[in-house]
Amino acid sequence: MGIDLPVIWAVIIAFGLMMYVIMDGFDLGIGILFPFVRDREDRDTMVNTVAPVWDGNETWLVLGGAAMMAVFPLAYATILSALYLPLVLMLLGLIWRGVAFEFRFKADEHHKPFWDKAFAGGSYVATFFQGVSLGAFLNGFPMENGSYTGGALDWITPFSLFTGLGLIVAYALLGSTWLIIKTEGALYDRMVVLARPITLTLLAVIGIVSLWTPFAHPDIAERWFSFPNIVFFSPVPVLVLVSSWLILRSLQGTPHVAPFLLALFVLFLGYSGLGISLWPNIIPPDITIREAAAPAQSMGFTLVGALFIIPFILAYTAWSYYVFRGKVKAGEGYH
Amino acid sequence: MFGLTALELARIQFGFTISFHIIFPAITIGLASYLAVLEGLWLWKRDTVYRDLYHFWSKIFAVNFAMGVVSGLVMAYQFGTNWSYFSAFAGSVTGPLLAYEVLTAFFLEAGFLGVMLFGWNKVGPGLHFFSTLMVALGTLISATWILASNSWMQTPQGFEIINGVVVPVNWFEVIFNPSFPYRLAHMTVAAFLATALFVGASGAWHLLRGNDNRRVRTMLSMAMWMLLVSAPIQIFIGDLHGLNTLKHQPAKIAALEGHWENKPGEAVPLTLFGWPDMEAETTRFAVKVPHLGSLILTHEWNGQFPGLKEFAKEDRPNSTVVFWSFRIMVGLGMLMLLLGVWGLWLRWRGRMFETNLFLRFAAVMGPTGLIAILAGWFTTEIGRQPWIVYGVMRTKDAVSNHSALAMSTTLIVFIVVYFIVFGIGTSYMLKLVAKGPAESEHEPDDESGRPARPLSAAHDQMDMFASAHQDRKG
Ligand code: HDD
Ligand code: HEM
Ligand code: HEM
Repeated sequence: MGIDLPVIWAVIIAFGLMMYVIMDGFDLGIGILFPFVRDREDRDTMVNTVAPVWDGNETWLVLGGAAMMAVFPLAYATILSALYLPLVLMLLGLIWRGVAFEFRFKADEHHKPFWDKAFAGGSYVATFFQGVSLGAFLNGFPMENGSYTGGALDWITPFSLFTGLGLIVAYALLGSTWLIIKTEGALYDRMVVLARPITLTLLAVIGIVSLWTPFAHPDIAERWFSFPNIVFFSPVPVLVLVSSWLILRSLQGTPHVAPFLLALFVLFLGYSGLGISLWPNIIPPDITIREAAAPAQSMGFTLVGALFIIPFILAYTAWSYYVFRGKVKAGEGYH
Repeated sequence: MFGLTALELARIQFGFTISFHIIFPAITIGLASYLAVLEGLWLWKRDTVYRDLYHFWSKIFAVNFAMGVVSGLVMAYQFGTNWSYFSAFAGSVTGPLLAYEVLTAFFLEAGFLGVMLFGWNKVGPGLHFFSTLMVALGTLISATWILASNSWMQTPQGFEIINGVVVPVNWFEVIFNPSFPYRLAHMTVAAFLATALFVGASGAWHLLRGNDNRRVRTMLSMAMWMLLVSAPIQIFIGDLHGLNTLKHQPAKIAALEGHWENKPGEAVPLTLFGWPDMEAETTRFAVKVPHLGSLILTHEWNGQFPGLKEFAKEDRPNSTVVFWSFRIMVGLGMLMLLLGVWGLWLRWRGRMFETNLFLRFAAVMGPTGLIAILAGWFTTEIGRQPWIVYGVMRTKDAVSNHSALAMSTTLIVFIVVYFIVFGIGTSYMLKLVAKGPAESEHEPDDESGRPARPLSAAHDQMDMFASAHQDRKG
């Protein structure tokens, strides 16, 4: 049967996008939490916890886009042009928050508050429109003869707006639990307090999305609730509940890394839930990864590089996190 | 908007966003290598001048890099959002090249950037130097892949069209397509030139303001050496690039020379200035040097090359634009050479740091590297029209089906946001330049002595002061 290139690639891209959600998730989450932290020094500390790594985090998003174009060009073309407006808005959000990392510290006293707002605003906008795009993606795209036939505003649906808000909650949880690892003192305490309602809200969001999706899409319902699938898939919701409970429990003591790891796990579960709902489609509702696949020459050529290089990327990324390990003290930053 | 079609708006949007983008990578590529050289010199000679300059330029680098990253992010998505038929058709070629760029270059830059900017005291000097080298290497690898992709669109080969999509059959041919080596060399040198001019102008500006010290002199001197070496190389590569283009895209050369037709047996003059008129099919007000066109492009006294009239009207690029963008680039290239040679002469006479006229010239030349780069890209890209993949796919068949309303709305938003964000960013960069490279002994002038955020590297500067004190004590 040989190597099944489209399947391998679907897994790699899914992995890349998950890395993105996890990694840029916590630094977007920090922007999302900005309005809840007023103190200038605390805000500096928050930004300092991610400044050396945010660019690498965002690169996973670029990888997702580039790899899509390389191996599923039809999906890249269709999805990106169908989601033109939300994606442009997401990019603009990322521009504001990306430059704010740098500009906050270069601006004079007058303009600092402006860049703080840009940082928070950019993070909200980018996250919201990522979530909206995700929702619109799940809703699917009408296609005819290999091109998108829907309208420019079809992405606006109650469901997609809801997933937009939902993702804000998810990233806020990653951000707050990340800060629990990286900070101390009042900021740490604040995050421990905040993480609790965020976890509960996220749980509600996941619940609603899990009901809404199969309700709106009979084929997805069929996939989840038919026998024997339901047996295989039922651990997913159970594990979500268990890990959320563990997060809440750990927040009662003096948590360190546990809430973050558990939050990652919850997101991973939500993410695999999406995967189960979609498989094997890449342009929902009915274009499969095989139909959208690039010629084998493109997939194979890129695969060689990806398999060889990704381990190195993971290694030096880990090294960089290791260099900047430990708590970031207020007013201290990096030495 | 202004009666423009969705296609025209898409082209303007792409041209606008990428023109902004290329400015930052050009400086990123040049400064990264410059920083690597400075750090190497510091480790080798232990002269604090190099370390001070390293810290000075790394702060400017950080601001520039952030702008390069966010403007680049837009580019990576624009192929799908704006040029979906192109992506569906040729993504099988440009996609893998971009994916390799991400894997081999962007991650490398991003992975080591944190250590380079904030890790001066977190890792040993060897590892830190290694990180700087990796960032510099990343920028060069990045240029290589993206230019392979762009060059393939200019001079495509190594593929077949099967079921209406491009199928790469020979990756070696795809990557090493005929214009790639020239474009890579030309663009890399262009980035070094633009950076040398920027660094040199900063030095000259400080000297003109009476801020004369060893650090400022070193930076002007290094920049002038760089210019002296690169400018002639660039002109040489440019000439070869043009000859190669004549072979593969003759219509482009005809357009950028404003050359309409050949008379039997007659040499082609070089039109120095003029106004190519696409309707009247002639170049008005032409100032010509006989035989020079033949000489430059065919290296023969009476050689001929195709004129624009030999191409069907719908296959002609807009000569008016490329004629002028090409002349701007070449003219600036000559001025760069002049600056480099003048610098050498003054250096030999021992007056490089005191000659006001020279310093003024160097300061004014600061932005010309970037202007030449933009002019060069306009020549290349507009000269490729009406094709998006030369001879294979037309630009009008590549564009997504967005309405003119959607396109004009986003275009306006892009323009407003870009001017605000990158305008302010550039002003911060210039403010940093204006502060000048601080000497190790100084008090930190950083706000409240707070360590800035990492990307700012401003903090390292303070650590460096501390270690300088220790150096002296020890
Ligand atoms: C000659 C060099 C060159 C050219 C022609 C381009 N770029 Fe660029 N790009 C770079 C050289 C570069 C760089 C030097 O590698 C940058 C600049 C700052 C940086 O972070 O990396 C970069 C950044 C950068 C990033 C952000 C990477 C990150 O997250 O670290 C993306 C996604 C792109 N670029 C994509 C593009 C696309 C799609 C282009 C063409 C349409 C393009 N670039 C033209
Ligand atoms: C980085 C410097 C670059 C600049 C300043 C630049 C400039 C431009 C300009 C001005 C246009 C509009 C031409 C017209 O519509 O008449 C254009 C179009 C285009 N360029 Fe480039 N370009 C650059 C690099 C690239 C690269 C590296 C690629 C591909 C990898 C690329 C691909 C395209 C595409 C797809 C279009 C749109 C279709 C078209 O109008 O031709 N460009 N570019
Ligand atoms: C002075 C002599 C120069 C000559 C004869 C020359 C020649 C050329 C030619 C013929 C092209 C178009 C190639 C094509 O589209 O196929 C080009 C493009 C370009 N030039 Fe120049 N050039 C010169 C100087 C410069 C300088 C000084 C810079 C910048 C500092 C520069 C930057 C560029 C860039 C960025 C491009 C577009 C990318 C490319 O196609 O390589 N050039 N040049």
